[in-house]
Amino acid sequence: MNEQLTATDSKADKTVFGFWVYLMTDCILFASLFAVFVVLRGNTFGGPSGAELFSLPFVLLETLILLTSSFTAGLAMLAVHRRDNNQVLAWFGITFALGLSFLGLELYEFANLYQEGNGWQRSGFLSAFFTLVGTHGLHITTGLLWMGVMMIKIYRQGISIASAKRLTMLSLFWHFLDIVWIFIFTIVYLAGDIYG
Amino acid sequence: MLGRLNLDAIPTDPITLGGLISGTLGILTVIGLLFYFKRWKWLYRNWLTSLDPKRIGVMYIVIALLMLLRGAADAVMMRTQQALSSGDSQGILSADQFQQVFSAHGTIMIFFVAMGLMFGLINWIVPLQIGARDVAFPFLNSVSFWLFAAGAILVNVSLGVGEFSAAGWLAYPPLSGLEYSPGVGVDYWIWALQIAGVGSLLAGINFFVTILKMRRAGMTLMKMPMFTWSVLTSMILVIFAFPILTATLGMLSLDRLLGMHFFTSDFGGNPMMYVNLIWAWGHPEVYILILPAFGIFSEVVATFSRKRLFGYTSMVIALIAITFLSFIVWLHHFFTMGAGANVNAFFGIMTMVIAIPTGVKVFNWLFTMYRGKITFATPMLWFLGFVIIFTIGGMAGVLMAVPPADFQVHNSLFLVAHFHSMVVGGVLFGFFAGLTYWFPKIFGFKLNERLGRYAVFCWIGGFILAFVPLYILGLMGATRRLDHYDASMGWQGLFIVAGVGGAIIMVGIGFQILQLAYSILMREENSDLTGDPWDGRTLEWATSSPPQIYNFAHVPPVSDRDAFWALKQAKTSSSEKLHYESIRLPKNSPVGMIIAAFSIMGGFALIWHIWWLAVACLVGLIVTIIIRVSDEHTEYTLPASKVRKLEEEQYV
Repeated sequence: MNEQLTATDSKADKTVFGFWVYLMTDCILFASLFAVFVVLRGNTFGGPSGAELFSLPFVLLETLILLTSSFTAGLAMLAVHRRDNNQVLAWFGITFALGLSFLGLELYEFANLYQEGNGWQRSGFLSAFFTLVGTHGLHITTGLLWMGVMMIKIYRQGISIASAKRLTMLSLFWHFLDIVWIFIFTIVYLAGDIYG
Repeated sequence: MLGRLNLDAIPTDPITLGGLISGTLGILTVIGLLFYFKRWKWLYRNWLTSLDPKRIGVMYIVIALLMLLRGAADAVMMRTQQALSSGDSQGILSADQFQQVFSAHGTIMIFFVAMGLMFGLINWIVPLQIGARDVAFPFLNSVSFWLFAAGAILVNVSLGVGEFSAAGWLAYPPLSGLEYSPGVGVDYWIWALQIAGVGSLLAGINFFVTILKMRRAGMTLMKMPMFTWSVLTSMILVIFAFPILTATLGMLSLDRLLGMHFFTSDFGGNPMMYVNLIWAWGHPEVYILILPAFGIFSEVVATFSRKRLFGYTSMVIALIAITFLSFIVWLHHFFTMGAGANVNAFFGIMTMVIAIPTGVKVFNWLFTMYRGKITFATPMLWFLGFVIIFTIGGMAGVLMAVPPADFQVHNSLFLVAHFHSMVVGGVLFGFFAGLTYWFPKIFGFKLNERLGRYAVFCWIGGFILAFVPLYILGLMGATRRLDHYDASMGWQGLFIVAGVGGAIIMVGIGFQILQLAYSILMREENSDLTGDPWDGRTLEWATSSPPQIYNFAHVPPVSDRDAFWALKQAKTSSSEKLHYESIRLPKNSPVGMIIAAFSIMGGFALIWHIWWLAVACLVGLIVTIIIRVSDEHTEYTLPASKVRKLEEEQYV
């Protein structure tokens, strides 16, 4: 597209802007799930409540791992701007490992709940819990898949303008998931511990 | 191996079988014709893989019009059933068939007719109107279209394999839950909408970015044509509302697939939460549809009155006000839920408030006509039908905004008549006006005016005959979705009148088909060589009809709201146009189609619980996307010499 034709921005800006808009739609998707969770929080139908199920130290560990991964993703992006391939790979590698451990811990928590008979069929509260936290987990999985593909690409071809743009979006996505997790930590786990 | 799919899934009753056979014959005829005329390569290269928004728009509209025929057939069945099924007569449909028919009618008309026509027209016109050569994300646009097509195909597959939902067009639980709808019908509904809905969401993002980032220099926000403004606000609504639909449908399917308890009536589920969520999407959705129709009428009225649009600024403010207010009126769909007097009063007042900006728009159009040189071309006739029917429907709506009054007519045919006044008289008439108005731009020839007029008159007359009786029946106490009523009610006469009205609308559709066929046959006589057949005001008329793939070799400058009108008044010379530049364009891509194929199969697998196929399709989707994003040669350059050749050819 020719410069003088369009009123404002270049192509890369358009894509990143479009990705921001997509993230906002994702934000509304999560907002709907949060609203549903808050409505159903008390509907335990005789089953256990959040306060009885959740172990806060465990969730704090998950939170710290995810927050650290956001930090390392930021370091990776700094390396992208320096076009330092090895550093990019190293920092994204660490981010990937942290993300994967977060996902592992989450699955461990889910499996434990399920085996104790507190699966998603148990009550409206648990349906909402598994869906909200699970949707975040699915996003993390998508992010990891994306990160993996990008790392292979960088390993093979180095960083191009196109891949730098994609990494920018990937890091936006990753930070966004981090923010969503902060809300999950607060509303699902912390408030769950206070209100039951 | 095949989940719950077996031979029982093939329907045996004569009505479904009739629909199935005629549908299959239609498809076979098209395939036969493609072989006979050896057009497969043409179809694949010029259409199915095209990333040109004008062609994608045509494909949207073709699917929407085919779905309109199916939705209209459903309407005819309902009208016939209700006209006959009084007292001892049971009519032509069983209760279960009737439920499937009204569920399919609503679903098809909103998601696959109205949405399809809307995105088709947006694809046609928005890039042209803002002086852009393409949309912001051409490939994503193709994916959006193909997801829409995938949803439409799934709805039609339900006709031949299994059944469709019998839970109404919004599938309220607990009826739509596993306990009361154990069959595949609701699952077809969920996955058809989920897939098409993701397509709509992506299209919403795409056009939002297109309008904000790709306008011709000089076109400030307050110089944008009114249709583009209406699309911008409508896309904002898509961006805010469709994620709610995705989440809600997702939760309903988790209830049905994994035995969760979001909306069940036991285990702590909350069915009314679904109703809240679905209308938090659903109410903005009706504005998503009507706002572009408002935009179309703004263009049509200004053009055919040969006047600048009256009250441009107030139009923009009204659009923005409606965008905002449409998110805080959703509860008026269920005042009877029992949320309490204060909550109902808030939503009632907000509903009355939203009528004000809408009224402002109606007056602006009328004042645009005042002292204009009006030509009563077909688009203008659609507008006149719209003003009458939409205003009547709007007043019925304000009446129902009063909660105590709503308690009386809730779920009655009065409501049905109201929303058909808005969606047929408003949305559909608007899109028909837009189709007639912009048809010559996209195809290079006008539609026949005389047959178009006949169609308009049939639609308006038929509509009034079909729906005024429903207003009256609703006040007499007839509820919606009745497959049978007692003869002593005294309703049959009015139902027969409504049936006659439905038949006249069908004659109108007949005239539209005839109009299309006749106009194609006589296209040489009606061809538009100027690119500006209606003496238009906005940029889409500043290029040839049909435009080249790149829309404009030179994008005209924009200095005024009616940019093209200002150019015509100034009569600038075209001597400077001799210099051509090369243009970057996206290459065709079959990936959108492949994504749709995986989506259809994946949706089908989830509906029938064929888990291995669902997983295989998910893997297929991921691999397809990875392959596509790894492809770095997705564009080509059209050299300046080629542009010159194309431009010179069309002015010979």
